[in-house]
Amino acid sequence: MNTDVAQTLEAFMAQALAMELEAMQRYSDLADAMEMHNNREVAELFRKMSVIESKHAAQIMSEMGWKEPPPLPAAPGWEGFEAAETISLDDVHYLMRPWHALQLALRAEERAERFFARLAQAATAEPVRKAALELQQEEHQHVELVRAWLAKVPQPDPDWAHDPDPPRYDH
Amino acid sequence: MNDVGIQPTALAPAAFKSAIKPIWCPGCGDFSVLSAITKALAMIGRPPHEVAIVSGIGCSSRIPAYTSCYGLHGVHGRALAAATGLKLARPDLTVLVTGGDGDGYSIGGNHFLHACRRNVDLTYVVMDNHVYGMTKGQPSPTTEPDWDSKLAPGGTHIRVFHPLVVALAAGANFVARAFSGDPNGTAALIAQAIRHPGFSFVEILSPCVTFRPEQREWKTQVRAAPVGPTDDPVRAAHRVMTDDGFNIGVLYAGSRAPYVPERRASPATVADLEAEFRV
Amino acid sequence: MSDGIDRAPARGALQGVSVALAGSGGSGVMTAGTLLLAAAAKAGGYGLMVRTSGPQIRGGEAAALVRLADRPVDTLGDAFDLLLAIDWGNVNRFADEIPLTARSVIIGDSDEGEPPAIYAGTGARYLAVPMKKTAKAIAGAWVNMVALGLVGALVGLPRSALEQAVRADGKRGEAALAANLAALAAGYTAAGELDPPLALPRLPRIAQPRDRWLISGNEAAGFGAIRGGVRFVAAYPITPATEMLEWMAPALARVGGTLLQAEDELASINMIIGGAYGGVPSLTATAGPGLALMAEGIGLAVASETPVVVVDVMRGGPSTGIPAKSEQSDLSFAVSGLHGDAPRLVLAPTSIADCATTTQWAVHLAERLQAPAIVLSDQFLGQSRAIIDPPVDPGVGAERLVAEANAPDYKRYRDTESGVSPMAIPGTPGVTYTADGLEHTEAAVPSSAARDHRLQLDKRSRKLLNFDYGDRWADIQGDGDAAVITFGSTTAAVREAVARARAQGHRLRLIALRLLAPAQPQRLAAALEGVRRVIVVEQNHGAQFYRYLRGHFDLPANPASYHRPGPLPLRPGELHRALADWNGEGRAAR
Repeated sequence: MNTDVAQTLEAFMAQALAMELEAMQRYSDLADAMEMHNNREVAELFRKMSVIESKHAAQIMSEMGWKEPPPLPAAPGWEGFEAAETISLDDVHYLMRPWHALQLALRAEERAERFFARLAQAATAEPVRKAALELQQEEHQHVELVRAWLAKVPQPDPDWAHDPDPPRYDH
Repeated sequence: MNDVGIQPTALAPAAFKSAIKPIWCPGCGDFSVLSAITKALAMIGRPPHEVAIVSGIGCSSRIPAYTSCYGLHGVHGRALAAATGLKLARPDLTVLVTGGDGDGYSIGGNHFLHACRRNVDLTYVVMDNHVYGMTKGQPSPTTEPDWDSKLAPGGTHIRVFHPLVVALAAGANFVARAFSGDPNGTAALIAQAIRHPGFSFVEILSPCVTFRPEQREWKTQVRAAPVGPTDDPVRAAHRVMTDDGFNIGVLYAGSRAPYVPERRASPATVADLEAEFRV
Repeated sequence: MSDGIDRAPARGALQGVSVALAGSGGSGVMTAGTLLLAAAAKAGGYGLMVRTSGPQIRGGEAAALVRLADRPVDTLGDAFDLLLAIDWGNVNRFADEIPLTARSVIIGDSDEGEPPAIYAGTGARYLAVPMKKTAKAIAGAWVNMVALGLVGALVGLPRSALEQAVRADGKRGEAALAANLAALAAGYTAAGELDPPLALPRLPRIAQPRDRWLISGNEAAGFGAIRGGVRFVAAYPITPATEMLEWMAPALARVGGTLLQAEDELASINMIIGGAYGGVPSLTATAGPGLALMAEGIGLAVASETPVVVVDVMRGGPSTGIPAKSEQSDLSFAVSGLHGDAPRLVLAPTSIADCATTTQWAVHLAERLQAPAIVLSDQFLGQSRAIIDPPVDPGVGAERLVAEANAPDYKRYRDTESGVSPMAIPGTPGVTYTADGLEHTEAAVPSSAARDHRLQLDKRSRKLLNFDYGDRWADIQGDGDAAVITFGSTTAAVREAVARARAQGHRLRLIALRLLAPAQPQRLAAALEGVRRVIVVEQNHGAQFYRYLRGHFDLPANPASYHRPGPLPLRPGELHRALADWNGEGRAAR
């Protein structure tokens, strides 16, 4: 786990970019997995999240004037092995409902917000502190966005995880 | 020293993924391992067409087709043999071997022993989920003795196989354990394994969300190994004999020369062979 | 030197002279037999040596069975002209393999007593010679050298040829060499002093020797493989294939290839699939039990369309069977022993020389058709050593259709008219793919769809069936309305039997198949044009070849079968009688 706080703006933004890209990739992988398991609704939701994260990444790159991502460090883990904004793989279920997916996204964005808040506190260089605060603000907006989205989706039935068929014998 | 050094690379991890979507259950640890492999290969810096991934049978053995590298999806338990043949015929390629605990330690056990012993320059990545997933949940050699299943009701009551112990004893030149829940750490370990000459073995704890949902607890049990790697097999042996299966990191990085068959500078011709028989 | 023996061979029939050298452990008869053959080679002649021994690793009873002639010898005769035994320890064991008649001669050592009843009872004439005493009189000399000199003289080999053979063997130092040459001379001289004198058939002087090789079937197969382009072998030792691997190990290293001893046969077949997948023509060699273990792997080669050659040096089966003896009982397994619909190539060399030609051809076919090829050799061919005309070079070798770099819209398993699709070799950019045992689409993506399965099955079948194998698929000789069909090592004995029958005025066609799978029913039908009766000859208990022919080919009504299992080889006389019976003749030649 890399918990070092970068002390230059370049390095800090590179880490932030790494976080966005990792989150984007994770949402994309999850979208693929849900598609393969015929959970179309959640697949589309994860696909949307992946696009949103890729836009955040593009935004960072544009602000920094990067045509391509710089050689990336590992995205810093904070509350686990992976970057703050990345949904954990083992929190998903092939029968999950959009509500579950959004709960995971919400927690991811909240983690990201906490992450930048702590970084802002721990930063010693002013540009880094400013950037961290800005990103914290942005993550906060994402949190609100996801909450609003959540309010629009129905709560899952109590037996959402019930599959009347046993696991398939595959090849 | 192998010929794969650290180079600045224009090849991003995404370049190593194919368009084929994995069939793994959402939540499967193998997604992370696949991601880690692509990151490791990006770090190594060779293009996908110079890398070959060889596998056997099982969920994790489906990995070759999910990459853009050359792949050989062979039969159950024989990936190390196929990879050995490939590497000896084509020493110029970077050859990875992927598979699960059943494929590698049960039916593949004999080839595992001899691959470690032979020390050809290969990297063997085992995704260990303590179960046979593809066939619906039977115990594997690493399954706990009291784990209940249809095929072994009440548990196998048989001591588990210790892959790191066996690898070390059989002569593997690099022995490590990783955890799929830490994909970046795993990527770094795999890259290190590829760079290390000889037979490099990385056992990766990779939970099976469908048949071993309790393995979600692994992320609370794994820890970075309290000591760094050693190049002394005796010291490594001491450590691994008391290992509880959750230490993450490199156990042993040895210096055995990799097995490389003799290659003559100026080979003889077929006509030269005929002379042996001519009366 | 007129000796009263009519040396003019019966029309078309091979005579020559057959000697057996036997003794118990330490008597050195194997070496003597080898040197006898080598001496015949030096003298310009031809010959065949078969070795037989008890199960002990060393010191067991052994016999060298040698047949010499002035033309190529591919089979042992019906009986031995001479049995020379240095001692009689357990030599009874070989009685079935050393048939004697009243015209045969037995030479034993003066101090070893009378021959056992099983040999004496044949009516053969017995002579005692003090071979051991002769050897003891020369410091450092070995009794087998005395025997070698004695036998060499009796069969008409020049002394110089024998000496050359002993010198070339050069395993021991100068002093030992001198002693053995002296022993050789003593034995040679003793031949002329026998009382009463012996008159065996003799090898005629050969004025202008042809180019010849001295080689075993196992070595020939290994050589043919290398000449065909094989440069990677992974294998596990097994009787009677091990010598092929032991010859290939240094040979491959010399030509820039590699041989790896695998941990078992499961590893062997998968290793060579890996090597072949990497673009290097690859081969393994084994025997029945190993072939059985390799079945799953061979299936992977079929499904993934990876060329490999598996040489099966057949031995007595089933299971562990009779490891050191020959049999033709793996045929059924080779042609049909894979799960699923799994077309594959099966070939069988017809002689020791043909082991080189056919193995080389197998490499070519496997690589050209991207399929596994099983070569059915056997213990008789593999472990026998012969003086042969240089093996025919079929002029073809590994020639794989490979994909070009960055080929547009590359599909590894694209359906083509021939059924063969270009194979991408690792390292080639733009055409990466994953080879798979799973059924797959043309683009090598795993698939369970009916359309894909059908297409790929058709492709893998069609590529073998539609290929033009040319005339090499079988040796066809003779004419007439009766035909004998066989394969493998029995061919030579059948050929000799047919020659005898022809000398008696019978017209017989001989068809020895070299390509067993895919079946070539149209070619066999053409070869059987005008034939109304066939008999199938093979060395196994279950008449496997007969059943295979009946199942996959059109034969005339009431095909007959002559089959018996190992361990004893089929002999020309036995087959000649069988043919006579089949012809309905209960009486002697017309």
